[in-house]
Amino acid sequence: MHSPQPNLEAHAGKDWPSALYRVLKAADVRQMSYVPDAGHSQLIRLFSADRDVTTNVLTTEEEGVAIAAGAWLGGQRSVLLMQSSGVGNCINMLSLSAIGRFPLLMLVTMRGEWAEFNPWQVPMSRATQPSLEAISLKVMRAETPEDLIETVEAAAALAYESDQQIAVLIGQRLIGKKKW
Amino acid sequence: MPDSSQLDRRAAVAALLGNRGDTLVVSGLGSPTYDLHATGDRDDNFYLWGAMGGAALIGLGLAQAQPGKRVLALTGDGEQLMGLGGIATIGVARPRNLDIVVIDNQHFGETGMQASHTGRGVDLTAIATACGFAATGTVRTIAEVERLAAQIAEPADGPRLFVIKVVAENPPRSLPSRDAVFIKNRFRAHLGFAAA
Repeated sequence: MHSPQPNLEAHAGKDWPSALYRVLKAADVRQMSYVPDAGHSQLIRLFSADRDVTTNVLTTEEEGVAIAAGAWLGGQRSVLLMQSSGVGNCINMLSLSAIGRFPLLMLVTMRGEWAEFNPWQVPMSRATQPSLEAISLKVMRAETPEDLIETVEAAAALAYESDQQIAVLIGQRLIGKKKW
Repeated sequence: MPDSSQLDRRAAVAALLGNRGDTLVVSGLGSPTYDLHATGDRDDNFYLWGAMGGAALIGLGLAQAQPGKRVLALTGDGEQLMGLGGIATIGVARPRNLDIVVIDNQHFGETGMQASHTGRGVDLTAIATACGFAATGTVRTIAEVERLAAQIAEPADGPRLFVIKVVAENPPRSLPSRDAVFIKNRFRAHLGFAAA
């Protein structure tokens, strides 16, 4: 079993996905849904191996916004993982989180902003933060592993304890260049 | 026309939910929300006024959080068509306590009764079957709805999707609260979760 308490000093840095997993477990996250991103692959593996967390693979990211609302209705906390291109798919469904004041924590790996090979990632990358803010989400951003762990801890508290709708953007510089 | 139905949607929903017991119900925007409210306002109803395509998936999150309770997503053909991918997601998640019931008038009733896909050959039950649902079916009469109500009260091996074909008309609206925070907190309080 994994320790319920994150050990930030020992586990941020290169193995930030494991530290992130421990932070989310400590926040009592019981459901995780995702459209895959390479930057999230280790976190997806960790959650998928965890029998205490229900994991849903999605066909489109907005489904996870609805699942998170349903989970909260039923008394569970949910986290939603996606890459920046998926944010555009979510916009109307985020009305549900906003108008119902449903806790929402989205972890968004950024593409199209740092050493990006694929120009098709750029337009949605530029639109990610403005479109999230336009539908009234609070956007937080992390560029280093240490900052990411602290940011997600704070975001989880804001979401689940203060009924806020939060997207944490994980900078592409942090994730590293995709190998082609 | 094989898909035609003379069934009144309010009578169908009343027959479906008349003995629902402690089943938790999420309703899709438009007529299904009015239909659910018309059967009686209850703390264990969650009414949508937006979030089109999300009803069944809210049902999924709820069913996963409350595995000991039955969850029913009551929605319309237009709403479920917008959430077609969600049928695949629910098929893979395979909850044993989630039923989707589509009140299918084959039209977008809220916006002027434009014809939808389901009157033109698109079969939501066939899609659900292809996505691995445990049971599916289409009903067209009150007697069949009553049998369906008895069927969904029984345990299932996985998610089920049923279509109730109804006549395309808009009965007088029966309007629940549009305050989603109030409906959310009332629903959660019913399950024992205090508002923060």
